[in-house]
Order: sequence, then structure tokens, then C-alpha cells
Amino acid sequence: MSDITNTPASPARAFDWKAPDYQDRIRRRRRSELWLRSAGLVSITLALGFLALMLAALTVTGYKAFTQTHVRLDVPIPAELVDANDIAGSNWRRVMQGAISAEFPDLEGRTLRDITAMLSDGAQYRVRDTVIADPSLIGKSVAVTVPMSDPFDQLAKGLVDRATPEANRRVSDAQIAAFDKLAAEGRISRPFNTALFTNADSRFPELAGLKGAFVGTFYLLLVCFGIALPVGIGAAIYLEEFAPKTRLSDLIEVNINNLAAVPSVVFGLLALSVFLNWFGLMRGSPLVGGMTLALMSLPTIIIATRAALKAVPPSIREAALGIGASRQQVVFHHVLPLAMPGIMTGTIIAMAQAIGETAPLLLIGMNAFMTSAPATPFESATTLPTQIYIWADSPERGFVSRTSAAILVLLAILVLMNGLAIWLRRKFERRW
Amino acid sequence: MKTIHLSASVLALAAMATMAEARDQIRIVGSSTVFPYTQAVAEEFANQGGAAPVVESTGTGGGMQIFCGGVGADHPDITGASRAMKKSEYELCVQNGVTDITEALIGYDGLAIAISRANETDWNLTLEQVYKALAAKVPVDGALVDNPYKKWSDVDASLPDVAILAYGPPPTSGTRDAFVELAMHKGCESTDYAKKLKETASEDDYKKFVEEDCSRMRQDGLFVEAGENDNLIVQRLEADPNAVGIFGYSFLFENLDKLKDVKINGVEANQDTIASFEYPISRPLFIYVKNAHRGVIPGLNEFLATYASDAAMGAGGYLEERGLVVLADDKIKEVQDALKNAVNMAAPEK
Repeated sequence: MSDITNTPASPARAFDWKAPDYQDRIRRRRRSELWLRSAGLVSITLALGFLALMLAALTVTGYKAFTQTHVRLDVPIPAELVDANDIAGSNWRRVMQGAISAEFPDLEGRTLRDITAMLSDGAQYRVRDTVIADPSLIGKSVAVTVPMSDPFDQLAKGLVDRATPEANRRVSDAQIAAFDKLAAEGRISRPFNTALFTNADSRFPELAGLKGAFVGTFYLLLVCFGIALPVGIGAAIYLEEFAPKTRLSDLIEVNINNLAAVPSVVFGLLALSVFLNWFGLMRGSPLVGGMTLALMSLPTIIIATRAALKAVPPSIREAALGIGASRQQVVFHHVLPLAMPGIMTGTIIAMAQAIGETAPLLLIGMNAFMTSAPATPFESATTLPTQIYIWADSPERGFVSRTSAAILVLLAILVLMNGLAIWLRRKFERRW
Repeated sequence: MKTIHLSASVLALAAMATMAEARDQIRIVGSSTVFPYTQAVAEEFANQGGAAPVVESTGTGGGMQIFCGGVGADHPDITGASRAMKKSEYELCVQNGVTDITEALIGYDGLAIAISRANETDWNLTLEQVYKALAAKVPVDGALVDNPYKKWSDVDASLPDVAILAYGPPPTSGTRDAFVELAMHKGCESTDYAKKLKETASEDDYKKFVEEDCSRMRQDGLFVEAGENDNLIVQRLEADPNAVGIFGYSFLFENLDKLKDVKINGVEANQDTIASFEYPISRPLFIYVKNAHRGVIPGLNEFLATYASDAAMGAGGYLEERGLVVLADDKIKEVQDALKNAVNMAAPEK
């Protein structure tokens, strides 16, 4: 642009394209175009590079969390330890110790305790539940495949360096020897870590899973969607189709656009003082989280809906009005159905944003530790990002890879949701 | 906005109607240091058939705020603390009707100063050296000046010639409070300057000196507040073999293959030295129980019994496995009695 305005061109002059000064100008123009294109290319490569780097880093640390080391054991259920009348209350720790003792008969005392530590704390409950389901097992022995505890899982995955001096390792030489013996017998396996998806949180990495976070996220989205969609569409329809264009409606529009840029933590503070302290709602419940994120998603949904409504050609409204439809009939029979794909796309993107939101949820206490998934939206819960936050802060080594794995799961869900938005747009979008 | 407000209020009313009855889960807030131990008890409690308690890590101060908010199902039953309840916090509790509180000492926690194993020096610091390296103001030639030390060897010629860089907890953390009180104050008070001041200045002035000048960590970038995430500090120490990190002993315990302990006054941090207070930077951990909730919130008494059981806080219990430094036997009996009989604590003195 500046080139044209800076050099006044007289129309009467004949252009000699071969003249050196013109050649020069053409070269300059081509050069600046080349600059722009390569700058764009460089920025895209950089962005993709960082994305690839992040994914690679997450995958490298996270992929090991998708398997979990298990050990196959024959557990004797001696009648003297397990009381048929009080199966749940029996000393299951002793039962498991007995199983290890049967496996390594020459161990006793502290070494036996150390070797028993290779079984996850959850192992005893799995055996307990098997026996509760079939009390006739008492006095016999039951073959189970149970998870191994985190230090041994790390050992099986090669994350423990055997060359480190014994005092600096979480597993002792005796424990490694016992592990190697079981491995040589083919008793150690590393199946897919289903616990990561079917268990709720646990302080033991080998038992910790995302179920609580999935259920919490689901309830939270349900509440968020239930509030934000009707209110957002209602507000957008009013602003776009009915509101007179006055100073006031301009002011509202500016405010809505501003609201879309407010940092999410502000909504968290608002929720803390209004929903928790004033309404007295349950701290950390998906209900409160959903209401908070609904406030945050509203501007996005209103803006997307208004854009979708605006894209419906006025001729359709005029034709409907022309055959005697009321304004309300025009909106609900004609404009809204045509705008729906755009609205849904905007809503899904807003929901995807809500899924990844962490800061406001930390403020309203959605980062609590619970070993069960919430049954209703009114109970305390965690969501995927807050679960990641909790795991990232846990001292056990196993949570390092589980944190990355949880991030990968969250990213996969986000890709799916955004993919759905694109698919919806492609499939239902109409062009005039 | 009116529609938003209206729909929010309607939802809120609906929610309140469903929550009018008492909740059936125990709610626990408080210190991030006590959090892993409470977590362990909560999981054990749930495995034994109790309703899974909700445990939230809010920091000691934040936990006290919420805990002292009032009595009733909306307020938590227990808060964890990595220091004793302050007078101001107790007053807040009383003001809001929380008068019957049981204080239970659950064990001790050491604060470790750690460094990467890639660092070849065998580190051994005195608290005075720690103070001189990390404080905002230090005495030089009889006057208090902005910390001039950039290298450990500036602090003391016997120390290695490497730049000072320490990662530690932020001021909101109970760990920071404990570090300042146990390491910085002691280190500061052992300087000649402080000793002289103690003799010459009035008691109030000396107290003010300790509370202010001995408490401030340096702000020139050599002491880095690393947020509440201790794993992040572990990663940074691995990346920089000359940086030291300050965090709870349990994080050192889990990462002994990557990190080593910096000895304080020649004493290494481990379970024995922390329990015997031979290791100087160790602190007590508490839980506070709202006694008005006993018998109202189902399972609270049973949960406390689980917490106080020998299998949990006793020697060889699962809290020790997690890194807690357990109490001596007679002390455990005392705590078990206090928790069982709901003994109310007296108002703290400061």
C-alpha cells in the first residue's frame, strides 16, 4: 500500500516494464511477498514444532502408565485367618503375607514384610471381594492376578536403575531378587491398565484412575450445558432479532465481548463469594463448577449464536413475514433451525474450553481427594484438569507418568469434541 | 444478566432443597503437608466400608479459614495443619461458634534441603550459613545490609565456589512458615550481630528484629518461590545440579535416587533424626477436629478411630510408610485418648 501512495504515478506515462527502476520495484515487491510467505511458514512450523514437542514429551513419559504390572499368585485362604461369618473384617493383610510366605518359604520377619510390599494395597481387597462372592473358597486357595505396588511397577518398566546403590533405591536387592524369580517363572505380566479408566482416585499410583474425574466432568458439563445453552441462545436471539439498536444495546454488546476476555479465575472468585458463601451450595460439587463455567461459556455461546443468526439471509425472514408469520414464528420456525449448526459448533467449542478449565475450579474446591466417584452432581467431585493437578503434586514416582497419561486422555477428548464441531459444521452448514 | 441471575437462583434453590439433610461424607481441608497422610487414612477408611471422605489440600492458613467458618453440614469437620493453630485463628473459630475443638498431634515432618546427586560435593551447612545465604538482610561488619552474597563461598570460605540458587515454598505455604521459624530464625539468632543486639536492645526491639529482619527471604532472584508443587522443585534440581531445594521430607524420601540430603549441622535428615529432633528443621503436624460434628456427621468418630489406630500412626504403620515421622508410644496413647474422648483444646497463647 505504502508503495503506491508514496510514489505518485502519472497515468499518462507509458510503462516501460524493462526499465531498471521498474525492475527494481518488481523485485522489491516479490521480495516482500516472499518475506511474508516465509514468515508465515516459519510461524506455522514453529507452532507445529512446539505442539509435536509437547505431545512427544507427554507420550514419552505417559505411555508407560497405560500398562500396569500384575503378578499371578495362588493365595491360600486358611480357615483360621478368615472367619466365614465376618469375611470383610478378617485380617487380609496376613492372608496376603501367607501367600508370599508360601511362595518364598525361607523368608521371615522384616524381609518377608519387604517382599509382601511388592503387592499393591488393593490386592488384599481384590482377594477379599473374590472370597465374599464365593465363601466356599475358604480353606482352599484362590488364583488371582493382582497389581504390583508402584516401586515394583517402576522396576518392571525399567525406570529403576539397578546400578544405583541399594540405599538410594526404593527397592532393595532382596526385593529385586524376588521380583526376578517371579519374572523368570513367567508370573509377571503387564496388561493394559484398565484401572486408569475404571478406578476412582487413590493414593497408590497402581490403583489410581480417572473414573471420578470422568463422572465429575460429565456432571459438570451437564450443568454447564443446561444453563449456558438456553440462556445464551435466548440472549443472542433477543439481541439479534428483537432488541432495538440503541446506545444501551451497544453497551451490552461491548460488555459481552469484554466478558469473553475476562480471566477465568475471576469467575472462580465470583463463584466462591456468591455460590458458596452466599447461596451456601456444596463446596467442590459439579453443580457449583458447572454454574461457574456456564458464566464463563455464556459470552462465547452468545457471540457464536449471534454470528450464526446474522448469517441467515434477511430474505428468509422477509419471506416468512410476507406470508403472515409473527416475529416469534419467524425466529423459531425459520431462522433458528437454519442457524443451528453454527450454534452447535460454538457451543461445543465453549464446552471444550470448559472441560480444560482449571483455575476457577481450584478456587471452589474441586481438587479434593476422593476414592469414589460422585453419585450425583451435588456431591464433591474432581474434573480431569483438577485430577491432573492433584496427581502432578503427588510425591509417588508412579504419578509422574500417570499425570502425562491423564493429560493425553484430556487432549484426546478435546480433539474428539473439536472434531465433532468441525464435522457438524461440514455436514449441516448451508451456504447462500 | 437478569436471566442468568434468575436461573442461577432457581438452580441454587433446587440444590439447597436436596442438601437440606446432613451430608454423609466427612469433609477434611488443610495443610498440603498433612494431606498425603489424611489421604492414606481416608482410603483405608473407605476400603473398610466407610463412605469415602472428601480430602482437600488448601494450605494450613486456608484450611483454618474454612474450618473456622462455622458449625453445620456446610463446613468441614477436620482441618490439617503443619503448625499449631494461631490465637487469631482460634478467635475466628470461637467468633463463628466453633468452640469445641480437639487438637491432635499426629507426628512430625522434617524439612529437607536437597540437592541433585549429580553434585559431587558432600554438603553440610549450619543454620547460620543457610540464613546468610537466603535472607533478604544479613549482618556484615556489624550492620544489617542487603544480602551481598552471590556464591556459597562468599558466605563461608569452606563452602563450594558455586552460585547460590534455592527453590523453596511460597509464603502461603505452611512449609514456608516452618522453614522461616525453624531454620531462618535459629540461623539468624546465632549470628554475632543478633547476640549483641539481644544484650543491648530492648526485648520488644529484639523480637521485632527476629519477626522482620530474620524472617524475610531474599528477593533478588537467588531464592525462587516455586509454588506449592514440590515435584516441580525436584525436576528443577535434577536439571541444575548446583541448585538446592527446600521441601517436605517425604519428597526427598521418594526421590532418593535422584536427590541427596544437605546435612544440617552435620546431621542427615531421616526418620530417626527427625523424630529425635536431632535434625534441627523438623516440625509437628496436627489435625483439628470440630467436636460439634461428632455424632452428627456419620462415620466421623469411626474415621478418627482409624486415624488414631496403631496401624495408621503407630510405629510401622502405613503413615510411616508414607514418610510421616511417628510419635513416641506414650505420646500416641495421649493423642488416641484425646481423639476418642473429644478433649477440647485450650485457647492458644499466640
